[in-house]
Amino acid sequence: MSYSSPTIGSIEQELARKDIPHFRAGDRVKVHALISEGGKERVQIFEGVCIHRSNRGARGSFTVRKVSDGIGVERVWPLQSPRVTKVELVSRGRVRRAKLYYLRERSGNSARIREKIGAYKQEG
Amino acid sequence: MNTKMGLLAKKLGMTEYFLEDGTRIPVTVLAAKGNVVTAHRTEERDGYLALQIGFDEQKASRKNKPELGHLKKSEVTPKRVIRELRVEAAELEAHPIGSEIPMSIFEAGTKIDVTGTSKGKGFQGVMKRHNFRGEKASHGQHEVYRHGGSIGCRLTPGRVLPGKKMAGQMGNERVTVQNLEIARVMDEQGVLLVRGPVPGAKNGYVVIRHAIKPPRAKKN
Repeated sequence: MSYSSPTIGSIEQELARKDIPHFRAGDRVKVHALISEGGKERVQIFEGVCIHRSNRGARGSFTVRKVSDGIGVERVWPLQSPRVTKVELVSRGRVRRAKLYYLRERSGNSARIREKIGAYKQEG
Repeated sequence: MNTKMGLLAKKLGMTEYFLEDGTRIPVTVLAAKGNVVTAHRTEERDGYLALQIGFDEQKASRKNKPELGHLKKSEVTPKRVIRELRVEAAELEAHPIGSEIPMSIFEAGTKIDVTGTSKGKGFQGVMKRHNFRGEKASHGQHEVYRHGGSIGCRLTPGRVLPGKKMAGQMGNERVTVQNLEIARVMDEQGVLLVRGPVPGAKNGYVVIRHAIKPPRAKKN
């Protein structure tokens, strides 16, 4: 990606975490996120469809949407946040948009995303 | 007057990183490597104490002959910006002419003041420039929505009081932000990460100095 300054690019790459798997909008992911509850912290797993991922170096974020008891729930995390302990890729989805905000108006069968077979190409 | 030690730097832009507990730290990236002392100002000769510092390499062909001659005296390569910093006598001894001022005069957590030239906003009205409220939009108002209202009284005093806030040039002026904090010193890349924003546009030059009014340590 391009940065406003090459130095900032190298700094962001140095500060960035390397353990986030390659995933994009339409993919089904499991996010292991820390939540604080009664003064204690524990890991909660949030599984849903990634409907947005912005790749802005250290400033990127992603949104995961799931429908829980008929109510749509979306959570946004910064990609670099240490409160996301792990992201697991469950399955890939076949979509034609980079941002799937249209899913918010859909329900039932029309909100379904077809699965795409095959893993991501290994980078490098 | 601030006689604390400082550096010249170039604002590269902003980024952010996270602490272990999830706190986001927004930082400004300032390139500050390559500050070289080009001259001393002494009490005997000049009547005041100062370090003259050059920063950022420049092609010799872009400098005029007086500037090159001045730098030749101190055997320093051509620099884009040259500034004087008023300092204590001890600093003059510690930094002889031609020596580089290391970024290690700052460390993570140091409180600093940053001086730069703010982004120019042009000629602006009172609402943008001084946060006036303007006038109401209805009740027979006509073409005065963004005006500042009355600017004074009548025969007494018969003039506008000095300092009345009016429309005019906004920005493109010297601004100092006090008590910013150094988040990280990255010697390898030659940059300082300063918590929060600093005045000016990207690629603008700023002066970083130790804070003149650092906050007192909190008593528990």
